[in-house]
Amino acid sequence: MTSTHYLDQFLFAILPYMVLITFLPVTIQRYRARGFTYSSLSSQFLENQQHFWSLVPFHYGILVITAGHIAAFFLPQQLLAWNAKPVRLYVLEISALIFAILSLVGLCAALVRRFTTSKVRRVTTTRDWILFGLLAVQIASGIGVAIFHPWGSSWFAATLTPYLWSLVRLNPNLAAVSAMPWLVKFHIVNAYLVIGYFPFTRLVHVLVIPNPYLWRKPQVVRWYRRPAEAAPKA
Amino acid sequence: MNVRSQVAMVFHLDKCIGCHTCSIACKNIWTDRPGTEYMWWNNVETKPGTGFPTQWEDQEKYSGGWEVRDGKLQLKSTSKEKTVFNIFHNPHMPTMDDYYEPWTYDYQHLFDAPEGPDQPTARPISMVTGELIQIQAGPNWDDDLGGSPVYAQNDPNLKGLTPDQQQQLFAVERLVFFYFPRICNHCLNPACVAACPSGALYKRGEDGIVLVDQNRCRGWRACVAACPYKKMFYNWNTGKSEKCILCFPRLETGQAPACFHSCVGRIRYLGNVLYDASRIEEVAKLPDEQLVEGHRSLILDPHDPEVIYEARKNGIHDSVIETAQRSPVYQFVKVWKIALPPHIEYRTMPMLFYVPPMAPVMANRDAGAVNGVSGDLFHDIEQSRVPMKFLANLFGAGHEAKVRYALRKQKAVRWYRRALTVGDVEMSVAERMLREADSSPEEAEAIYRLTSLCTFEDRFVIPPMHREEAIQMLEDPLAHKQSVGFGFTTGPRRGM
Repeated sequence: MTSTHYLDQFLFAILPYMVLITFLPVTIQRYRARGFTYSSLSSQFLENQQHFWSLVPFHYGILVITAGHIAAFFLPQQLLAWNAKPVRLYVLEISALIFAILSLVGLCAALVRRFTTSKVRRVTTTRDWILFGLLAVQIASGIGVAIFHPWGSSWFAATLTPYLWSLVRLNPNLAAVSAMPWLVKFHIVNAYLVIGYFPFTRLVHVLVIPNPYLWRKPQVVRWYRRPAEAAPKA
Repeated sequence: MNVRSQVAMVFHLDKCIGCHTCSIACKNIWTDRPGTEYMWWNNVETKPGTGFPTQWEDQEKYSGGWEVRDGKLQLKSTSKEKTVFNIFHNPHMPTMDDYYEPWTYDYQHLFDAPEGPDQPTARPISMVTGELIQIQAGPNWDDDLGGSPVYAQNDPNLKGLTPDQQQQLFAVERLVFFYFPRICNHCLNPACVAACPSGALYKRGEDGIVLVDQNRCRGWRACVAACPYKKMFYNWNTGKSEKCILCFPRLETGQAPACFHSCVGRIRYLGNVLYDASRIEEVAKLPDEQLVEGHRSLILDPHDPEVIYEARKNGIHDSVIETAQRSPVYQFVKVWKIALPPHIEYRTMPMLFYVPPMAPVMANRDAGAVNGVSGDLFHDIEQSRVPMKFLANLFGAGHEAKVRYALRKQKAVRWYRRALTVGDVEMSVAERMLREADSSPEEAEAIYRLTSLCTFEDRFVIPPMHREEAIQMLEDPLAHKQSVGFGFTTGPRRGM
C-alpha cells in the first residue's frame, strides 16, 4: 500500500460519495425550502452585447459536451460501435473538441464581461467567481485531455464507464482509473468538486429548465375557490 | 358563456394634472428595494413624448404584444420553439439603458468634506454600482416637454399623422401636451403570462389580477420582452421579474390601490366587471378597426338575468355581482362608451381604460370666443391642437371613430353643464349637441356627477375578495393562531 494508493482511494472511491451526499440533500432541500433562490440570475438586463457573444457559445458548448459525457455513461456499447470506423471517430472527436473550445471561449468572454462591466461585476458574488474558476479549469482540463490523450470517446466508454457504474453499484473498482494519466485524474476530481459545489451556486438553474412550457396552454389562471383541474382555461 | 369577474380601471385623462403623486405612493410602498429602484410600476408620461422605457410603444424595436400570424394569435417576441433557443439570450430584452440608471447623491460628503475654498456638493452615485455617475436620463426626462424635438418628435404615436398635423404639434405657441399615467393593465390576454417559460406568471381567477409567483420565476426574462406596455420589470438584484400587483393586499382589505387612493386629480376609478372568458381569443383576433368594439363586447351586462345566472354557476359570489352592477368602470366603458383601452392593437385586451383628454381640444380656438357655436357644433374637436389621429393611435388602434365619439360626448356634457350653470349657452343648443353626441340630459348629468362630484365610494367600488374563505381551503386557521401569517418565511435575496 503506497500513499498514492490511499490518495486514489480517497479521490475516486470516497470523494464521489461525499459530493453526492452533499449534492442530493442540499439540492432538494434548497428547492423545497428556498425555492426563491432558484434563478438563472441573468445579468442580460445590465449588459446586452457581450452577453450574446459569451453566454450563447458557452451554453451551447457546455450542453453538447455534457450530453456527450452522459451518452458515454449510459450507452458505452453504442458509442464504441460508432467509433469502430476511424472516420466516424474523427468526426465525433473533432466536433466534441469544437464545442469544448466554444464553451471555453464563451466562458472566458463571460469572465471578461463580468470583470470589466461595473454593473455586472456588482452582481457577481465570491461564490460566482469560485464557480466560474472551477468551470474554467474543468473545461480547460477537458480540452487538455482531448488533445494530449486523444480518442477519449472510445477509452472513456471502455474504462471509465465501468468505473462510474462500479460507483453506482456501491462497489468501487479503481483498477482502470488508477492507471489513468494525471490530467485525466485531475479532470475527474475537479468534476466531483463541481458536483459537490453545484447545490450552493447559481448552477441549480439547470434543474429548472422550463420544459412544461412546450405543452402548456398559453394562459395560466389560478383559482383559490376551485380545484385546479376544474378551472376552465382561457 | 364563461363568466368571470375582473377588477378593471378607468383613468380620466381630462383630470390628470401630471403631479406624479401616484408614482411616488407606489414607489414608497413597493419599489424602494435594491434591484427595484429603476422600476416605476406606476408612471406618468407626457404625450407627445417618448415615455418610459424610451419609446416603449415602438414594437418594431421591442417586439411586445400579440399579432395574428397564419390566422393564429401569436406572441411577437417569442413562441414555444423560439423559447428553447432564446433561453440563454433573449433577443428582445431591453436593458437598463432603455430605462435609466437609478442614482442617489453622496450626501455624506456634505458632512465629511475637508475645509476648502468651495462649498462641498453631493455628487450623484449609481444605485447599481455605487460609483459616481453622470446622470444621462431619468424616468420622467421628457416631463412637460411637449414640442421638444428630442422627445415629443420621437413619439411613436406620430406615425400616420400628415406632415401638417405633425408640424402643428410642434409650432411655437401651439405646443400641446397631456399626461398619460400608466400601470399594469391586468390584461385579459396577458402576453407576459403567455411568454413565461416557467409558468410563474398567472392571472388570479377571482379578480383577474396578474401576478408573478416569485418562488417559481427563474429569471428567463421572456415576460419583459413580451409585455407591449413594458410593465414587466426585471429585478437585477434578486434575478426575478416583478410587476404591479394592483396593491392586492389593499384590495383584499377593501382599500383602493395606493396610486388610486393618493390621486390628487381624482382621475382614477376602479370596479369589477363581468366578462365572457370564452370569447377572448376570438376577439383578440379581430381586425384592428373592430378591436375596440370587440373588447367592449367582452364585458357583460351585470343586470342581465342570464349573465347573473351564468356568473353564479361559475362560483361568482352574489356580493361580487352586486359590486359589478355599481361599477364606475362599467358606466364609463360600456354604458357611456367614453373610456377606451390603450393600444388595443397589441391584442392583450387591457382592462385599464382611458377617457381621452378634452382640455387641449377646447383651448384650440384661436379666434377668441369659445362659445362661437356654428352649424357644425363639433368642428373644433376636428381641428383640435392634438390631432384626432394622434389620440386614435393611442386609444383606437389608429381608427378615429371611437375617439371622436368619446370626445363629442364629453364636449356635449360640458356645454350642457355650461348652459345649466353659466347660462351663456342656449339650453336648446346644448340639448341638440347631446342628441348629436348620442347622449341625453340624464346621461350628461350622470357623467358630470361621476366625473366632477365623485367621492371615494363612487370612484372605488371594490368587490369583496372573500380571501378569508380562500385561505380556509388551503390552511387551517386554527393551526396558525398566534403565528405571524402564512406563506413566505424567507426574505427575498439574491441566490443562496
